[in-house]
Amino acid sequence: MKIVALAGSNVGSKTKTAMLKVTDILEHKYPQHEVTLLDLADYSLEFSDGRNYFEYDGDTKYVTETIMAADAIIIGTPTFQASIPATLKNIFDLLPVNAFRDKVVSNVVTAGTAKHYLMVEQQLKPILAYMKAHIVPTYVFIEEKDFLRKEIVNDDIHFRLDRLVEDTVLTVEAFEAIRKKKDEEYDF
Amino acid sequence: MEKYRIEPSKGMEFGLYSLGDHIPNPLTGERVSAEQRIKELIEASKLAEQAGIDVFGVGESHQTYFTTQAHTVVLGAIAQATSKIKITSSATVLSVSDPVRVYEDFSTIDLISGGRAEIVAGRGSRVGAYQLLGVDLQDYEEIFEEKLELLMKINEEESVTWQGEFRAPLQNAQILPQPKNGSLPIWRAVGGPPASAIKAGYMGIPMMLTTLGGPAINFKPSVDAYREAAERSGFDPATLPIATTSLFYVGDTTKEALQGMYPHINGGFQAIRGGGYPKQQFAQAPDTRDALMVGSTQEIIEKMLYQYELYGMQRFMAQVDFGGVPFEKIMKNIEIIGNDIIPAIKKYTAKS
Repeated sequence: MKIVALAGSNVGSKTKTAMLKVTDILEHKYPQHEVTLLDLADYSLEFSDGRNYFEYDGDTKYVTETIMAADAIIIGTPTFQASIPATLKNIFDLLPVNAFRDKVVSNVVTAGTAKHYLMVEQQLKPILAYMKAHIVPTYVFIEEKDFLRKEIVNDDIHFRLDRLVEDTVLTVEAFEAIRKKKDEEYDF
Repeated sequence: MEKYRIEPSKGMEFGLYSLGDHIPNPLTGERVSAEQRIKELIEASKLAEQAGIDVFGVGESHQTYFTTQAHTVVLGAIAQATSKIKITSSATVLSVSDPVRVYEDFSTIDLISGGRAEIVAGRGSRVGAYQLLGVDLQDYEEIFEEKLELLMKINEEESVTWQGEFRAPLQNAQILPQPKNGSLPIWRAVGGPPASAIKAGYMGIPMMLTTLGGPAINFKPSVDAYREAAERSGFDPATLPIATTSLFYVGDTTKEALQGMYPHINGGFQAIRGGGYPKQQFAQAPDTRDALMVGSTQEIIEKMLYQYELYGMQRFMAQVDFGGVPFEKIMKNIEIIGNDIIPAIKKYTAKS
């Protein structure tokens, strides 16, 4: 199983800290799976211009192809102006319609205040649903106060991230089983 | 309809078209050479003619996995190799070409073929040509509208005076050679959604609509919007032909058709779109109401008649070679189309 942990912002530290933790959990719990951390701060991406994702060059090609090859994507997003950052939206714009078909997507969100708690429900999940993702229903919401100097200091967040990672992997396995059963019914 | 060389009394036309895609056969992993692919296309046009197929189209795509970038050259060879089948582009990416050159090319093909050439002009569903040929994608909408208007003007007028944004002006220009009977049928290629269909309607230009798959009823709004826009713009929709296009694979049984087509459609989509064709969706495709033309001979006939009732189109264009389909399978499809499908369709749609 290929799992991508995507830190969706090119600035700030909270989302990256959370995604490093996610990667850490994945590597310890599931060493048999291939885990790739894509931190958008490390890449220089073009804005989508309507090309197919594989027709770009350099970082844009690498990042989109890595996402398209994954079975599961754990998206980490900060909250900018009550929404996802432009860098993350650009990733969605670069990918084709139905890009997340047969893929599991789960979410980790960081925010300065609890007022943004429903941002994922109202803004991120509709995009993922449109792109045909199997969305893990629960997500981990992490606030400013849960961090101290680039560490997560709230134990509850550790437990929740742990459960999110587990739910993501199990959801991939469940959908694989469903797909296999369906495919067996088709004789082509 | 006569202006577009369509005779409704003879029933709905059946055509074949190709994008000249050059994808490995997913079953063997092998890819024929570009030379062989092009020669097989020309060969297929001869077989199509012998089978009684009305039209043969070749389109252009300027990127990996395609061979007919110079589609007019291939159409020229087809014009020479055949004697009665209509020859069309499917489509010409007009945005990246000079309408004058396009008209010169197709008039020449019209003369070589004895008056059988048509142009289907589109914007292209892949944007590779824009970058390669130095056309700014920012102008995607406007450049096409302007060039199509010019192309239609060239078709209507013997001496052309024209000025626009994307090409040098023309002053009493004679565009030569002239086609055999003075003008060419020019169609507008339209993707699924209504927006582009409405533009075609306003222009009063025949429409070739892609109905690649999914419920056929979903394309009905585009057909209605086209006719409505044409009427609002002062054209009589009854004089404007509509063609629809779909991927096509016929087998002796449903199972054989599904097994025969799936690896190709899935591999083809994977190669040029970056994502395969979902099996669940493909399993629904033999249903009469689904636009994707896959099934037994009888199922295909039922689908076509269902769509004819729905859209009232004058022409159906089938793409039988998508995704590395080997030539022997293409030949088999052409044979069944000629022997069984066309007679049934014509019988039902011919107006006595």
